[in-house]
Amino acid sequence: MNTTIASITARALLGRRRFLLLLPLPLLLVGLTALAHGLHPDPSKWGEPVVAGLGFAVVLPMIALVLGTGVLGAEIDDGTIVHVLATPVSRRDIVLAKLAVAAGITTAVGAVAMFVTGAIVESVRFGLGLAVACAVASIAYSALFLALSLVTRRPVLLGLLYVLIWEGLLGNLLTGSRALSIQQYAVTIAANITPGSVLHARLSLPVALVMSAAFAVGGTLLAIDRLRSFRLTGETS
Amino acid sequence: MDPSASTVELRGVSRWYGNVVAVNDVSMTLGPGVTGLLGPNGAGKTTLLHMMAGFLPPSRGELTVAGQPAWRNPELYRMLGLVVDREAVPGFLTAWQFVLASAQLHELPEPEQATERALRQMELQDAWHRRLGTYSKGMRQRARVAAALVHQPTVLLLDEPFNGMDPRQRLHMMDLLHRTADAGAIVLFSSHILEEVEQVSGTVQVMVAGRLAASGDYRSIRRLMTHRPHVFAIRSTDDRRLAVALLAEPAVAGVDIGQSGLTVRAGDYGTFARALPRIAQRERVRVRQVTPSDESLESVFAYLVAP
Repeated sequence: MNTTIASITARALLGRRRFLLLLPLPLLLVGLTALAHGLHPDPSKWGEPVVAGLGFAVVLPMIALVLGTGVLGAEIDDGTIVHVLATPVSRRDIVLAKLAVAAGITTAVGAVAMFVTGAIVESVRFGLGLAVACAVASIAYSALFLALSLVTRRPVLLGLLYVLIWEGLLGNLLTGSRALSIQQYAVTIAANITPGSVLHARLSLPVALVMSAAFAVGGTLLAIDRLRSFRLTGETS
Repeated sequence: MDPSASTVELRGVSRWYGNVVAVNDVSMTLGPGVTGLLGPNGAGKTTLLHMMAGFLPPSRGELTVAGQPAWRNPELYRMLGLVVDREAVPGFLTAWQFVLASAQLHELPEPEQATERALRQMELQDAWHRRLGTYSKGMRQRARVAAALVHQPTVLLLDEPFNGMDPRQRLHMMDLLHRTADAGAIVLFSSHILEEVEQVSGTVQVMVAGRLAASGDYRSIRRLMTHRPHVFAIRSTDDRRLAVALLAEPAVAGVDIGQSGLTVRAGDYGTFARALPRIAQRERVRVRQVTPSDESLESVFAYLVAP
């Protein structure tokens, strides 16, 4: 991994207290979980809506969206990407460094929140299961959103449509759409790590693992290909 | 030695966006030395530079840098330095960190030494530990040039490099471009300001409306520009009487009388400017308005491609 690109990217994302912007959603998740646990110690009534409906459906994809579209998209928007691209570093190395930063920070922020949530809901083992599922989903989401930032000028809008409409709305109405839902992969992986928990898998584990890998690899390859053909646009004089 | 090893070569290069042709059938060969890419805004200079730098594929034609295609070829940047016209820099980095990152990304064996040399070349040694976000426009520009020079490229492309620089910084930059070229590099910089090109470059490529309008020695092209007819719009108390008097003036090549006044074509700007008040006074005509109607750079360049 190109550490120069990774360190500059991480500084751009987290520097000058920007990391504070990533904290409200995880804190909300942990806070709501603690509140629900305090009011009703039996998680069978509220566990799944909080863990899957808030944690995997909102908190994790939103953090991934902000970071995944930001690692390259922000530099493309302000034009500073040219300082990296006008060097002999292979486009694959640039994408992998950006992806590592996006997925790494998403995992760090998301997995800690999910671990604490799981530990409050059921047990430390459940928390670990959620953290592992969170890490897998972070890589898949980050690759998808990174690729979106190179494919379209409105990656955040398209990312939101995927998370809210495809995963959130259609995922509950159309069974088939779950096969293309990273959220469902995460729930399936977590449910399989801790069978009998409040989570219920709606896909088979092999499908969840293979499709997560497909999103991660596919998104990465698409991003590399698009970056190889990156065109400087804007004012032409 | 392969003669293409030290050239930038364009053969019939065009670039269009939908129905808009930004660069139209341009052929040129650039060798070592400083070359100015001159043209008004919208002439296609930036598009041409972006293609040379590998950031745009030509829609048609062939473009090579040192014998290699520029498009989708990151290895090219081992020999090519680029300063684009957008001023954006990562403001949270210091100039030292910014240029050092460039040196590291170029995999230079001694990145710190290369960074120091490039920053000293751009006279930023007193401010290199300050964040770029605190820099003035001219200082940011110099930091970007330092990052482009850190690997000592043999091809240096600069888009409007003098923007935002004060006169002393401009002189310094001009000197730097000459020294870079004297070391054997191909230096191409774009500008829409005639005087900038005049001071830096002996060789120019003039772009007008996407086409290469003129190419070669600056002085002969400048002579063409200086000796073109100048057009003035004049309104007076007696246009017909003034027109007759002006036609007798050697500096005047022609006069048209229209509803909004006179359109005068003068061969020499200075002679006509001195003659007009004298003639008006002699003919007892009051001149109400004199407007040079073709002084925009576009019209100067357009003259070069006029049939």
